[in-house]
Amino acid sequence: MRLDPRYTQILVKALLWGMTGFTLFILVFIIVNVSIKGLPQVTPSFLLEAPHDMGRAGGIFSTIVATAYVTLLAILIATPLGVGTAIYLTEYTREGLATRIIRFGAECLAGVPSIILGLFGFVLFVLKMGLGWSILSGGLTLAIMVLPTIIRTSEEAIKAVPQEYRTVCFSLGLSKWQSITHIVVPSALPGITTGIMLSVGRSLGETAVLLFTAGAALRTPTSLFDSGRTMAVHFYILAREGISMPNAYGTAAVLVVSILLINLVAYTLMQRLVKRYS
Amino acid sequence: MNRGKFIERVLFFLALSSVTSLLLITIFIFMEGLPLIISTGLKNFLFSSHWAPTRGHFGILAMIISSILVTLGALGLGVPLGLACAIVLAEFSPQRLKLVLKPTLELLAGVPSVVYGFLGVIWLVPLIRDYLGGPGLSLLAGSLILGIMILPNVISISIDSLDAVPETYRQGSIALGATQWQTVRRVVLPAARSGIITAVILGMGRAIGETMAVIMVAGNALQLPTSILDPVRTLTSNIALELGYASGRHREALFATGIVLFIIIMILNLSATLVTRRK
Repeated sequence: MRLDPRYTQILVKALLWGMTGFTLFILVFIIVNVSIKGLPQVTPSFLLEAPHDMGRAGGIFSTIVATAYVTLLAILIATPLGVGTAIYLTEYTREGLATRIIRFGAECLAGVPSIILGLFGFVLFVLKMGLGWSILSGGLTLAIMVLPTIIRTSEEAIKAVPQEYRTVCFSLGLSKWQSITHIVVPSALPGITTGIMLSVGRSLGETAVLLFTAGAALRTPTSLFDSGRTMAVHFYILAREGISMPNAYGTAAVLVVSILLINLVAYTLMQRLVKRYS
Repeated sequence: MNRGKFIERVLFFLALSSVTSLLLITIFIFMEGLPLIISTGLKNFLFSSHWAPTRGHFGILAMIISSILVTLGALGLGVPLGLACAIVLAEFSPQRLKLVLKPTLELLAGVPSVVYGFLGVIWLVPLIRDYLGGPGLSLLAGSLILGIMILPNVISISIDSLDAVPETYRQGSIALGATQWQTVRRVVLPAARSGIITAVILGMGRAIGETMAVIMVAGNALQLPTSILDPVRTLTSNIALELGYASGRHREALFATGIVLFIIIMILNLSATLVTRRK
């Protein structure tokens, strides 16, 4: 029996809309569930008190500090490398073998799973360089993880700056480097910031890398060489070892809400950049 | 050397950072893992399921098979749902709705994998245990959670490739009297094929490399699964579970497991690049 195409269309559309609804339901459910169960746990004292009794009691203060340290370190290392790469690729070379190799390297690096990065950071920074489980080892490994994101977004942002801007700079007698630092990079700044924000978001949620490079010590880290348990690692340990469900939900809520907010800001910045130059 | 040349040199070195990192990763993973593969023998390492690292048995076949099965399961859920979502948003939905839903989905890609794993343990695992039997922590649970995890990525790349199909293709097809669905199936989807294949390959890479979510829901038993309700241990979970306490040959074996994973991922990345380049 062959159905009239019009009926097939109605059937297929109903099916596809149904599947879309289902998909959206699952994804929204994740956010709503974590927020409803977790946000009531998030009180000022939960955020500002150190964890006690392996996380059964107290708050998550030390994990917030550790997360902030490794993230900051990763961004401080990856930003100059990533933005420098983007400037080189867009302003200094024509497309050729070198750019192809650099782009290919960044693409492959983006695909390396976090457990492999964890293995690598563990053997190079923790063992071979003797840094131990520390903020420094964690930050260095995270920097490698977020590097491709910063390269890609910065490159897009710099490419979006209209060519006339550069032409005007040269006609005014500015050197190439002056035009880059005074005009091109400032104009591309919202896009570069997007890349940085996305990287912060990824660093906050990363677990596999940090478990093996920054360790899981619950003490508040005070130096680069201290081990520190980040929020995501803390949440993983709370949930997996069944230490405290309310605290696990609370930590998850802090994580998810901050990541979503950061990504939202990143997205808005990029939209603004796109609108300005198109 | 003048200033301009100097700056160019410096930038060139910065630009080498990603390639250097990739090389360092490759070198260190291979340096740590390769000796064990050589001493165990590639055949024993890849084609034996006997993993007893403290007694000198390093066979990872069961984990390779588990990783592949979990990934295929994830694609089985994630690709149809993701593609349906992409088709609806790119072709059928009002523009307004798309402008709201697409960014929302992209934001969701930021939800950390531990959170997916946690919700899997709380909601999905008990459902499987109560209604389908078995321990709940299973191949099925792992596949479903990974399938959901790859959705935002699959949807986002697929929408972009559907949007890239020129509007004239659709107009031509509609003008010939085709329905909207016939247009999508016969014209738009074939034209967007390479983008969709890329989405699937990248989703596959993400699923096979994912660690934390899988550890939490898949049960981690060292065995060849005989049903989808059996607990399984993937390559990634094996590394993460044992790295904390492994030493000596045992640690080398975990790096060797990493080599296998690394090679699989690189093959997937390469094929994704090749597919996009052929366009």
